[in-house]
Amino acid sequence: MTVQDREVEELDRPRVLAADTGVEVRISHLAKRFGSHSVLTDVNLDIRPGEFVAIVGHSGCGKSTLLRLISGLDVPSEGGIIVDREPVTRQLAEARIMFQDARLLPWRRVLENVGIGLHGQWKAAALEALDQVGLADRAGDWPAVLSGGQRQRVALARALVSRPKLLLLDEPLGALDALTRLDMQRLVEQVWSQQKFTAILVTHDVGEAVALADWVVVLERGTVPLVQKIEQRRPRVRGDARLGVIEGEILARLLEGNR
Amino acid sequence: MAYREEASNVLKKADSRTIRSLLPWVLPVCLLLIWQTATHSGLISTRVLPAPGDVLAVAIRMAATGELFRHIAVSSARAAAGFALGGAVGFVLGLLNGVSNTAARLLNSSFQMIRNVPHLALIPLFILWFGIDERAKLYLVALGVFFPIYLNTYHGVRTVEAGLIEMGRVYGLTRAELFRQVIFPGALPSILVGVRFALGITWLTLIVAETISASSGIGYMTMNAREFLQTDVVVLGILIYALLGKLADVATVWVEKRCLGWHPAFSVEGAVSGAETR
Repeated sequence: MTVQDREVEELDRPRVLAADTGVEVRISHLAKRFGSHSVLTDVNLDIRPGEFVAIVGHSGCGKSTLLRLISGLDVPSEGGIIVDREPVTRQLAEARIMFQDARLLPWRRVLENVGIGLHGQWKAAALEALDQVGLADRAGDWPAVLSGGQRQRVALARALVSRPKLLLLDEPLGALDALTRLDMQRLVEQVWSQQKFTAILVTHDVGEAVALADWVVVLERGTVPLVQKIEQRRPRVRGDARLGVIEGEILARLLEGNR
Repeated sequence: MAYREEASNVLKKADSRTIRSLLPWVLPVCLLLIWQTATHSGLISTRVLPAPGDVLAVAIRMAATGELFRHIAVSSARAAAGFALGGAVGFVLGLLNGVSNTAARLLNSSFQMIRNVPHLALIPLFILWFGIDERAKLYLVALGVFFPIYLNTYHGVRTVEAGLIEMGRVYGLTRAELFRQVIFPGALPSILVGVRFALGITWLTLIVAETISASSGIGYMTMNAREFLQTDVVVLGILIYALLGKLADVATVWVEKRCLGWHPAFSVEGAVSGAETR
């Protein structure tokens, strides 16, 4: 089933979605050092509930580190992160991460992978999440027989099933081919607009960032030299001229910073 | 026409499957035939190697008196007890060292050092410590089994993908759930390799232990037969060891297939869908 089919189907079928709203994320004077090596020096960001923020930058600029700090997987060296007025001191229960590789458990069937960490009547919820990404018919398969794109869809379903208030995307589409990636971008945008969680996407693909995000944050040498607001209405058309101009500006900024 | 073609295709497929399943038997049957011909024609003296028929006869005779089964039962019980003891200790310590860095630092290098001592070299010491009763044999088998199980469990736990463990933490698994759902299944293929090695070592150790000091068991049976120049009984004992070893191996393969169905290399479903992975 393609994404377009799904969108049509959404209209016929009333969804019983809780009006979950995302969390607010405030990052102030954040720094992270590994030994003497400084990865983040001074990062300040305010992300409002339900916003979609993309972080772009060269590889090794600290994008993934920033994501790990926000999720509470790592501890900052200086500064702090405040999520819904609570400082992050340990792993966030309301956050889920999508990794670059799907990280499915190969010894669990697709449905059990989606239901990981759930208790009680988890099967119905897991199946609904699988349905949401268009893979309900693969519930009984082993992950090994799925394609790369399908695995990432399962990973997305797994992230969504617990109704996270914050979804952190660590280059989850980086390893996919161009067409599959476009499909996945649409899917991510669609579930984000339905479930209204706060989304933070780390990517090296500026086009992807511009297409999906409310804000594009450029991360460079551990700081944020540029925050670009993207005002275009959704759904955004691929190849839109104004988006292209913004993309060009951000790319120019990135290349210039590399010099 | 189409139906006929299909039917003949099905027949061909069934034929090739029968041939495939018969293939492993070709070599043993040929050896048996050569053996029978060589002894029958007098090429090999029956005092050196008895004819297969004689071995079969002695097997039937000893089975009739129940002596054969008594020896097999005694040896199997020893093997099972030694395997269970050594396997359990190896498994627990392998897990402990796999999960805890402190435990690994404390124990692993010593284990790796002891591992290089051939455990059969300890037979004189074990006889001095435990006498020639069951305990010496039990501990010797357990010691032999300990290392492959320990090493493969330790290695298996250590090589579980770090990304999966991180994922489990992010997705809210408790420590117990993380172990049960991620670490143990991830280590299982390696642990089962250890089990196969350990089974081989079990029989090897048992043969040696039983030939040195025992009053029952297959090893004792063959040593006793040697005293009386009963080559047929000696050969029978060797064949029984081979058979028991093979049985144990078949059992592990069965367990592997059941527990590792997810693994492309063991997948039953994959084999049906035509992938020649094995």
